[in-house]
Formats: sequence, structure tokens, C-alpha cells
Amino acid sequence: MAEETFLSDDFVRKLTAVGEVDILVGVPTYNNRSTIAHVVNAVQLGLVKYFPRERVVIINPDGGSTDGTSEIVTTSSIQDFRSLLSASPLRTIHRITTSYREVDGRGTAWRIIMAAADLLRAKACAVISPDLESVTPEWIEGLVRPVYREQFDLVTPIYHRHKYDGLLVKNIIAPMVRSIYGVKVREPVGGEFGFSGRLACHYLEQDLWHEDFVRSRTEIWMTTGAIVDGFKLCQAFLGPKIHAQKSSSQDIVATIQDALGALFRCMENHESYWLPRTDPPQGVPVFGFEFSSGLEPRRINRKRMLMMFQNGVKQLAPILESILSPETLEQIRQASQLDEKQFRFPDELWVKTIYEFAASYHHSVINREHLLQALTPIYRGRICSVVAEDQRADAEEIEQKLEALCREFERLRPYLVERWARKA
Amino acid sequence: MGQLVLDTLSRTLGSFLDALALFLPRVLSMIVVIVAGYIVALLLKIFVRRVFGIASFRKYCDSAGITQMMRKAALPPPVEFLSQLVFWVVWLVFIVLGIDALGISALRSQISQFFMFLPQIFVALVVLFIGLLIANFFSRATLLALTNANYPSARLLSSMVRLLIILFFVTMALEQVGLGRHVVLIAFSIAFGAMMLGAAIAFGLGGRDVARRILERQFLQKQPEEKDEEISPL
Repeated sequence: MAEETFLSDDFVRKLTAVGEVDILVGVPTYNNRSTIAHVVNAVQLGLVKYFPRERVVIINPDGGSTDGTSEIVTTSSIQDFRSLLSASPLRTIHRITTSYREVDGRGTAWRIIMAAADLLRAKACAVISPDLESVTPEWIEGLVRPVYREQFDLVTPIYHRHKYDGLLVKNIIAPMVRSIYGVKVREPVGGEFGFSGRLACHYLEQDLWHEDFVRSRTEIWMTTGAIVDGFKLCQAFLGPKIHAQKSSSQDIVATIQDALGALFRCMENHESYWLPRTDPPQGVPVFGFEFSSGLEPRRINRKRMLMMFQNGVKQLAPILESILSPETLEQIRQASQLDEKQFRFPDELWVKTIYEFAASYHHSVINREHLLQALTPIYRGRICSVVAEDQRADAEEIEQKLEALCREFERLRPYLVERWARKA
Repeated sequence: MGQLVLDTLSRTLGSFLDALALFLPRVLSMIVVIVAGYIVALLLKIFVRRVFGIASFRKYCDSAGITQMMRKAALPPPVEFLSQLVFWVVWLVFIVLGIDALGISALRSQISQFFMFLPQIFVALVVLFIGLLIANFFSRATLLALTNANYPSARLLSSMVRLLIILFFVTMALEQVGLGRHVVLIAFSIAFGAMMLGAAIAFGLGGRDVARRILERQFLQKQPEEKDEEISPL
């Protein structure tokens, strides 16, 4: 059994009182008062509806909420299941709350959930984000069934998203994971996951939990780690993903820094796996019935994005010179001089830019946090271009474009390998 | 008469030869010390190159921004710089010891003063080097933060941050070597005060309208923050 010294005595006592379970659902929280009751109720309904005979528990690691989130988790309940389902619960759904310091990062919450799964010998686990408005009971089935009934080890989500939603995932993370690790995972950093007890034990045994990139973006490390260590992966279609809070410009800087920093660090850790790899990317089975529906339109200030890109390229020139090759930087400079109507950030230039950033990160040409921050204005430029190109595109066209981008990432993979291996 | 001249000349020549006989071994020992110093310094240089040439030290220098900083300052890479520094410091010490072996009393006091001054110069150089590193780091952080927050004149402000930090560390370094302590302190205070006053006057006069708009926005009415997008990146 893995080390559990980071678990409080009280939490271990509560776990011991529950005994062994079949399914564990983790809901890490931090000040999510507005959405948590809905999420917990959806989880309970999902467990009663799809796993009525199984022994289940909900674990809530809370990062020290001051708005009463953890109280809502323990008190929120569905009085009458019959008004919602044809059946009533056959077993008690245990709910255990424990606290951790939010400054320690979300990874601590994931670690608590996995340690609890290990202690309770859970066969299948799922983790659900606390800040989504669109969680339904079907999400529990989607994330747990492939593990519990089909013997998969890791279930990553697929969401029905607005075409402008999750652009960092669509434009960098998913294509990179596909070209580098050779697995076609559409959401390697989704907040929802299903995983087996076996995989939870494997993660717990890793000596990387103190690393910043694991604590801040555990999901990327989990997905790439499962690929590298040969665990069985599948995907589950969950439906729309609607966040309760909209992101701001400062969130984008921090998100790029966290998510890409974690991906680049994983690439460093796994370089013996991916550098010699030459086989084409493998598909990953998908569970669930995929559908698309109209999502509410988004307000995007393209003019401001382009202006921030142009200003960033101009202001950060001395920093970008040390990160990018002269040819790539020159092309970005030329693109930044175009007006709003003519402006485009082509796929090839984008892929080369990202690969050069990854290689420069690996060679630490400047402080790594600064390097990732320098990508933000360029990302804005790319997004501005994508938004302009996709303005009238339907779901099918969007998919085709994403596929083309992924192929571009694969085509230019040798360029990354060459720059990665080259000494600074 | 002729005999007297000859005697004087032979005595002078004799004493010159005596002095030369005394001085030549000293010159020889000086040369030996300097040559030995060169060999020792060279060996130490190779040793330092080998010890610090390992990948982990190079990587540490890279990630700490030292390599980049030195490249910008047109200095060689850290390992090369360190080995050259060791070479020159060790050889310089041997050269000074060699000169001391000549036994010229006037030089002796200068040499002892030089040795007493050496640690202060070294500390001042270290202070300057650290100052350059800190200045570079903070100026880059300022530039990135301001650019990403879409503030105007990011480059100007980051240059000012760099200049202020360098000024501060130059003051510290000069104080360390004991060069006009009071003068340096006063000069720094005047320069800093003048810069702040200049900035205040420039902002107050040149940017009167901008200042008014900022104050109005801050205190009169809260304007909604202009968001660039409502889309989640993840």
C-alpha cells in the first residue's frame, strides 16, 4: 500500500468506517457554493441509477473553502429519488469530506482521492469538477462503466463544446499529445476522469507528487503517464461542458503557464518513450452516444486580441529572439503587420512556433516561467485567426480543420525531435 | 691617477657584479614563480572545466538564466568564465608573489596593499554580477506582466526597473570598494529623487489628461472591465 501519511487521522478513521467499496467518486472543491449542490446531486443520482447494487462513496477534498462548500457537500441530499428515478437507492451513499491547503495545488486533492481509493480498495473511480453547470447523472455512467465493466484503466472525457471553447486544448495540447505520444486523445486535460483502482495505486507509487507541474495540472501527467506505462485508455462522451465562471485575460496567462508547463515537463520526463517512436498515432475507443446541439453564442473581441498580439510581438521582441528561430520570428512579425481582415496565423507557422517553444523550454534558454508567459500574445494571435476562419464553419468543418492541424503537428514532428535533441 | 680611476671602476664593477649576483637569482626565482604559477593556474583551469563541465551544472545555469545573462553581456558561457576567472586570479597571485621575490621594499608595501584590497574588489564584482542577474530577471518579468496585461509602454517601464536595480547594485559595489562612500550615497539619493520627481512632473504636466482619466475611472465610476474573450482555454 502506498504512503498515506498526508491523510489526516480523522479522514482515515472515516474511511475505515466505510470499509471496502466498489466505486469511488471524487469531487475536489474550493469555494464552489453556487454549483456544488447540483454536482453532488447529479453524482448521487448517477450512482443510484447506474450502480444501485454497488458499494459507493463520494470523497470531497476541500481546499479550505470559506463559503460553506464542504457543508453543502455533506448536507445536500435528494429527498425523493422516486420523483427522479424509477428506483430508490439500495445502499447508503457515503460522503466524506476532508480538507487540504489550496496553496498546495489541486494535485493534493487528486492524491487524497487516489489514496482513499487505495485504502478502500475501490475497483473504479471517477473525478468530477465542482464548477460545471452541465454535469448530469450520465457522466458517472460514462466515466465509471468502461472501467468497472470493460476493464479499461483510464477514461478521458469528450465534451460537446462551443467551437470557440477549449481552444488551448484543440490548438496545442491534444494535437501535441497525439503527435508526441501517438495516441488520439481529444481531451487530455479535461477535469473529469475515470480510472481503475490499479491505476490509482500506480499513480500513488510515483515519486513526483511534490513537483509543481503535477500539483498544478495533474490531469496531463495522468494521461501521458498512463499512455507511457501501457495502461488501457478509452474516452467517454459526456455532453456539453459549461463552466459557471467565465475566464479573464489573467486566467489565460496562468492557464497557459500551468498547462503547457506541465505538458513540456511530461515530455522531458518521457523523452526516452517518445523520441525514438515512429509508428503512426493509434485511435482510442469512444463510449457514449455523440451528439451536437446549438450552444449559446460567445462574445469575442477579435480586434482587441489582434491588438494584444501585435503589441506583444513588438514589445517582447528581445525575449522572442532567444526562444524562436529567426525564420519563425520573421514570419510572426510579418503576420503581425497585417490588418484585421487580412490577418491569418497559418497552421505550419503555429506548429513550428509551439515546437520551438517546447525545445527552448527543454533547453531552458531563459527562465521557464518567463518563456511560457511569452507565448500568451502569440496564442492570442493564433486564436484571433482561428476565430476569423471558423466564423461560419459548422461542426463538421471544424472537425476537419482540427484534423488537418493534428496532421500538421505529426508531419513536423521530426522538426521537434531535431530541435529537442540539438544542444543549446 | 690612472690607477685610482681603474680602482674606482673595478670597485664599481665589482659591487655591480655583486649586486647583479644577488639580484639575478631573485629574477630567476621570480621567473620560476611566474612560470610555476602559469602551470598551476592552467591545471586549475582544466580542473574547474572538468568539475563544472558536467551537464547538471550547465542545466542549472541555463534554468537560472545565468547563461542567457552572460550571453547578453557578451561574456563566455558560465563554465568557461569560471575557469578563466580561476586561471587569471591564480596566475595574478603568482605574478605578485614573483614580483615580491625581487625584494624591492617600495614594491612590497604596494603589494601588501593590493592583497588587502583584493577581497573587496572580488566582493564588489560578485555584488555587481548578482545585481545584473536580478535586474535582468525583474525587468523581463515586468515586461512580460505588463505586455500580457496590455499596459502601454511596457518596454520603457521594464527598462526603468532594470536601470534602478543596476543603479542600486552599482552603489553597493562602489561602497564595498570604499570609493567615496558619502558621495556615492548622496549621488544615488539625488539620482533616484530626480528620477521620481521627473516622472511625477512628466506625468502631471505631459499626461494631465491621462492622469485625470485614470483618477476619474478609479474614484468616480467603476467601468466594466473590458474582457478579451468569454471563452475557456481548457
